[in-house]
Amino acid sequence: MIFHEIYGSYYRTVAQILREAVQGRLTWERLPEIVREKGFRESSLTIPEALTKGAWPLLREDFSTPIKQEPAMPLSDIQKMWLKALLQDPRIRLFSPSMDGLEEIPPLFEQDFFVYYDRYADGDPFWDPRYQEHFRLLLLALRENRTVRIRYGGKSGMLRKTLIPEKMEYSSKDDKFRFLGYSESGRPYTVNVAGVKTVELAKRAEPGKILPNRKNEEVTMELRDDRNALERAMLHFSDLQKETVRLEEGHYRIILTYRKEDETEILIRILAFGPMLKVTGPDCFVELIKERLRRQRSCGH
Amino acid sequence: MSYNELIKNFEKIRDYMRDFYVYGFRTRSDFRRKSGRSYDDERRRVESWLSEYMSFRNDANGKSVFISVDSRTVSHNPLYKAFKAKSFTDLDITLHFYIMDILAEGCRLTFREITDRIFRDYLSEAGSDLEPDESTIRNKLKEYVGCGLLGAEKKGRELIYFRSDSGLPEKSWEEAVAFYSEEAPLGVIGSYLLDRYEKPPEYFAFKHHYLLNAFDSEILAAIVECRRRECRMEITVLTKGQRGLRTDVVFPLKIYVSTQNGRLHLMAYYYRARRPWMYRLDHIKQVRVGEREEERAFYDSCGERFREALWGTSSGSSRSREPEHLEMTIHMDEGEAFILRRLEREKRCGKVEILDKHTCKYVADVYDAQELVPWLRTFIGRIERLECSNGHVRREFYRDLEEMDAMYGEDSDDFS
Repeated sequence: MIFHEIYGSYYRTVAQILREAVQGRLTWERLPEIVREKGFRESSLTIPEALTKGAWPLLREDFSTPIKQEPAMPLSDIQKMWLKALLQDPRIRLFSPSMDGLEEIPPLFEQDFFVYYDRYADGDPFWDPRYQEHFRLLLLALRENRTVRIRYGGKSGMLRKTLIPEKMEYSSKDDKFRFLGYSESGRPYTVNVAGVKTVELAKRAEPGKILPNRKNEEVTMELRDDRNALERAMLHFSDLQKETVRLEEGHYRIILTYRKEDETEILIRILAFGPMLKVTGPDCFVELIKERLRRQRSCGH
Repeated sequence: MSYNELIKNFEKIRDYMRDFYVYGFRTRSDFRRKSGRSYDDERRRVESWLSEYMSFRNDANGKSVFISVDSRTVSHNPLYKAFKAKSFTDLDITLHFYIMDILAEGCRLTFREITDRIFRDYLSEAGSDLEPDESTIRNKLKEYVGCGLLGAEKKGRELIYFRSDSGLPEKSWEEAVAFYSEEAPLGVIGSYLLDRYEKPPEYFAFKHHYLLNAFDSEILAAIVECRRRECRMEITVLTKGQRGLRTDVVFPLKIYVSTQNGRLHLMAYYYRARRPWMYRLDHIKQVRVGEREEERAFYDSCGERFREALWGTSSGSSRSREPEHLEMTIHMDEGEAFILRRLEREKRCGKVEILDKHTCKYVADVYDAQELVPWLRTFIGRIERLECSNGHVRREFYRDLEEMDAMYGEDSDDFS
């Protein structure tokens, strides 16, 4: 059963409160603080009262507790089985977790039970030792916040950059990892991990000095709800920040926010909806669509 | 009953959350199938769990509430929070911490010893008038043995209970769990694991990331369990048009995951139709475990054959299993080798033929050629020729193109 209170926010919050009570650190002021940190917005209406008024007899009036050990919970079967299932995934080699304690555990599922039918076929070579080495070094840079010197193949040939690490980004559709970093002047870079030739770790980066400026753009579209287009579009674009307004029955306006570097991808994703989606702005984006249609006419349609 | 931010049944909130996240433009009056009070309570709960992601808009249609997340900027799916809001009783939480404490440090005790300690060392110590009866304590122990938090061994006529601490080096899993909680099936389990770490890694990001799959986790977990136990299952699904419910007895074969629209489908052998069938996971409302299926290999092989002509998740008309033939000829300009690479990586069950320096052909035989149309449109600007044994597909494709031409024509600003 995965929807169970043992995994819930309340149990976790109370565990932290009891931990501090066992350590003798819990105070009247600290109790609501923990609830704010670990609980939901309205948990402060319930948890402190239940603990202090005796509904949950886990705390005494002086904020000591009858609990003797700091609370800890064993892993449940489903948690262990989920971890065991991950060991069959080709990407697990990038992380090399310990298998101790899972020897006798069956996997929750077999990897081939899941079919990623529309994933692109040219994913990263997760089995390649060089790829694994580069990935681990880049992850180490992120963990320790260290500047990296990378040599990699870009659109314009081989490049060398010194970058402050930002994120390791994975795309399930592309089945690729991309390292996001930025130069000391704040210029953002996206590096395909599969294209990396060498990685060297350098000094500790100084975060917060200059933050990368990844530029977002917006495109506004109108949708006509034919052939279930509304549901298809809402799901398809749900990976992006979007705002939808109903203009009238069956007619909607959608504003999508996307990264500038993804413009071509967004263009073809919109084209996929044919006449059900009409881009209304900005003009430069409308022009991109028109250009595709002009080219199509010249192809003989 | 007074309002509580916790919920007993996830199914009750599933549709609301999906609506707030996926659509986001509906107002209170649009939720006609539910009462106004139910809407208010569920909205308040979602606001409590996801306050930093909630947005509101007032317009002529009324006030709409929506969950606004740029999935590319979050390292951890915020929608998992809904799974951490399961309600419980005062005794549930009290007994949980007592039992875990009593059995800490490798302690092994009988039911009687545990019960005595609960009363002597905890309830009377805390001056509580809470009086759990023995069956409640016994049931809690049984429940925890069932989910693996506790182990139980027979000693004479009695059961000895102990905590099943596994000795798993959790630190070595930290980054893997942070990654897979977003990328693996049933990532919500990873999110529960991640909660055990003091400061989980924040340096993973995800592109083309469909957070909404979280909503179907409970259903998916039940399907996975049936598959693991090789059992048939009885599923309650929305009928076509989503107005009613029906129940089918099926055997689970595969889960089809879309990385491009976030939908999950169950491919299952449907006994009544005597063939594999596709079900959208968000249309499955309930899963019940059935009897063990002894002919698993046979049904798996049916599934494998069925998959050969699937482009996506549609098997076309239920009356015909004849694949439809489709050919698309594509023009490539000088320096546009990337088009060929695109076709190769996106072709799925189709084939790519190079005709000459500037032309190539994509050929596919699929159950439902209509399903390819959105993908074909992504090549607008390069399509020299499209042929399909299903004439409707070709006609509609070119009609749509004409409509787009008119829509974006110099004189056209109409979209009705």
